[in-house]
Amino acid sequence: MLNSSNLSFQYPGGESLAFPDLSCLAGETRLLLGKSGSGKTTMLQLLAGLRRPTSGEVVINGQSLNKLSDAALDHFRGQNIGMIFQTAHFLQALSVAENLRIAQKLAGKPVNEGRIDELLSQLDLSGKARSLPGRLSVGQQQRAAIARALINEPAVLFADEPTSALDDENTQQVVNLLQEQAERVGATLLIVTHDNRLTNLIPQQTHL
Amino acid sequence: MNLVRLSWKNLTFKPLSALLSILLFALSIGLISLLLSLRKQADEQFDNNLAGINLVVGAKGSPLELTLNSMYHVGYATGNVPLGKIKAFFNPKHPIVEDVVPLSVGDSYKGYRIVGTIPKILDWYGAGIAEGKIWQHDFEVVIGEEVARVNGLKLGSKFKSNHGIIDEGDENNIEHDDDFTVVGILAPSSTVMDQLVLTTNQTYWHSHEGHDGTAADGEDHAGHDHADHQHTEDHAPTSLMDEDPEKEITSLLVKYRNASSFQALNFPRNINENTDLLAANPAYEISEVRRQFDSGQRILGILVLAITIVSALSIFIALFSALRDRRYELALMRTMGAGRGKLFLLIILEGLMVAVIGYVLGLLLSHGILSLMAANITDDFRYSLSPWRFLPEEVWLLAVALFIGFLAAVIPAVQASRTDIADTLTGNN
Repeated sequence: MLNSSNLSFQYPGGESLAFPDLSCLAGETRLLLGKSGSGKTTMLQLLAGLRRPTSGEVVINGQSLNKLSDAALDHFRGQNIGMIFQTAHFLQALSVAENLRIAQKLAGKPVNEGRIDELLSQLDLSGKARSLPGRLSVGQQQRAAIARALINEPAVLFADEPTSALDDENTQQVVNLLQEQAERVGATLLIVTHDNRLTNLIPQQTHL
Repeated sequence: MNLVRLSWKNLTFKPLSALLSILLFALSIGLISLLLSLRKQADEQFDNNLAGINLVVGAKGSPLELTLNSMYHVGYATGNVPLGKIKAFFNPKHPIVEDVVPLSVGDSYKGYRIVGTIPKILDWYGAGIAEGKIWQHDFEVVIGEEVARVNGLKLGSKFKSNHGIIDEGDENNIEHDDDFTVVGILAPSSTVMDQLVLTTNQTYWHSHEGHDGTAADGEDHAGHDHADHQHTEDHAPTSLMDEDPEKEITSLLVKYRNASSFQALNFPRNINENTDLLAANPAYEISEVRRQFDSGQRILGILVLAITIVSALSIFIALFSALRDRRYELALMRTMGAGRGKLFLLIILEGLMVAVIGYVLGLLLSHGILSLMAANITDDFRYSLSPWRFLPEEVWLLAVALFIGFLAAVIPAVQASRTDIADTLTGNN
C-alpha cells in the first residue's frame, strides 16, 4: 500500500517540483510516466525514502516516512521497499545466493534458505546460486536483481526504467515476471518509465 | 553473511591488490619486530656477560678488542702477559682488587673456543655444572651446554683441539696431539659460558710445547715454554701463582672491592700509564659498541618508518580507489537497509584485516629471519639468538598494526558512509 499527498521538492538553488498525489492498493501495478526531465526520478526517490520531500508526505503500509529518523528510515527501507534499477547492481564479491542472504541480513531478518531457493527457482536461476553476478548474462542479472528486490517480501516494489534496454519480447517477459512476483507477495508495483510499450500492458497510469 | 565475511570477500575479490597491501604491511611489521628482537637480545647478552666484571687486564693493544676477546670471546687477543707482571692482582690484600679470574685463550674445538681458566669463573657468570664435575687436572674440560648439544659430546668423550680460533675445515686445521676429556657439562646460563670449553690455564702451556714461537705467530697463545710433557700423569692442581713467573696467560678478569671508590676509578689509568699492561673498563667499552649499534639502528628505524608509511598509503590507496568501483554496491547496501555506520565499519574492517594478516605474516617473517641468522651468527659472533622467543613489545605491535590499519581506512570509510543513494543509483546517470 502506497499513498502520497502534496509532494514537492526543491533542489538547492534549483527549480521546485510539485508531484501529483498517488494512491495504490496492495497488489496493484501502476506506471509512473513522464518525459525525461519531468522529475519522475525525483518522485521515485521521494516515494522510496531516498530523499526527504520539501513538503507533503509519503505513507507506506500505514507508516509516514516523514516521521522516521534517518536510521529508522534505512531500516524501514530494508524491510518494506524493494528496488530494481535500470542497470542491475550487486555486491560483486558475493555470489547470487549470498547477495540474497545479505539482503535478508541487512533488513534485520533471519536468513531463510528455503525462501532463497524458492525464489531463485521461480526466476529460473537455480543453477546460478553460486555464481558471481558478474558472470551472468544481462537477462539473468535482471532476474537476479528482481529476486533481490523481492526476497524480503516488501510492501512496495519500485522499478526504475526496468525495460529500457530490452527488446519487445524481453520487455513483455520482464513485466509479466514483475507483476507475477509482486502479486505473490502482495506488493504494490510501481514502474517508473518513459517506455510507451508498457502503456499498452498496464492500464493504471499516473502522468507527470 | 555478516559484515566481517563481506569485508573478507571484498578483500579477496581483488587478490593482487590485497596481496600488495598485505606484503608491504608484513614487511614493515616484520622489520619492526626484527629490530626489537635483535636489540633486546643483544642488550641481554651484553648484560648477562658483564658478570659484574669491573676491569679486564691484558697485553697492550686495543681496549675494545681486549674486552671483546676476554668477555665475549669474539675476535683476537691483544697478546699475552707473563704471570710475573700480574702477580700483584692475585694478592688477597690488594686495596682495590677483590678477586681475579685468569684466562688463557687461542685454541678451539670445531669453532668453539677453549678457555684455560679457574672454576671461579662459573660463579661469576652464574653458570652451574649440570652433569659431571668441575675440571681439576690439565686436559680435563667442562663444556657449555651448546657445545655439548651441537657436537654430541658426553661425559668421558675425548677430542683434540685445533690450533687457532677459527674452524678452517678439516684439511686446514692444525690439530694438537693431546686428547681432552670431557669431565663436566654446564647447565644453560644464557651467557657466553654456553659456548665455551673450559679447562685449566696450565693445559695451554702443555699443548703448545710442540709449536715453537706460537706467541709470535699472531695467533696469540698463552705461553709454551714448558719442557716436560707430562700432563697425562696425575698432575696435582697447582695455583697459578706457584708456577714459573715467565709463563704467560692472555688476560685477567677483575672485580673491585668498591667500584665507586676514588682509587678504583683511577685504577685503569694508572695501569695504562705506568705499566706495559692494558686495562679496559668493559662497561665503558660495551657502551661504545652500543653507541655504534644505536646509530645504525636509527638509520634502520627511519627506513622502517618510511616503509610503514608507504604500506599505510598502499592500504589507503587500494581502499580509496576501490570506492569508485564500489559506489553502486555501497548505495545498494543502503537501499537494502544498511545504515551509514555499517558502511563505515565495512571499510574499516577491510583495513583491519590487512593489518592483522600483515601482522601475522610480519612476525613469521621476522622470526624466520632470526632463525636463519641464529644459525650463522653463533659461529661468527659467539652470540646466541632465540629466534622463536616473542617479546611483549610484539603484542603492542599488534595494537600499533591495528591502529595503522584503522588510520589508513578511516578516510575511505567516512567517504563510504557518506554515499548518497539517490544520486548514485537513480541520479541522471
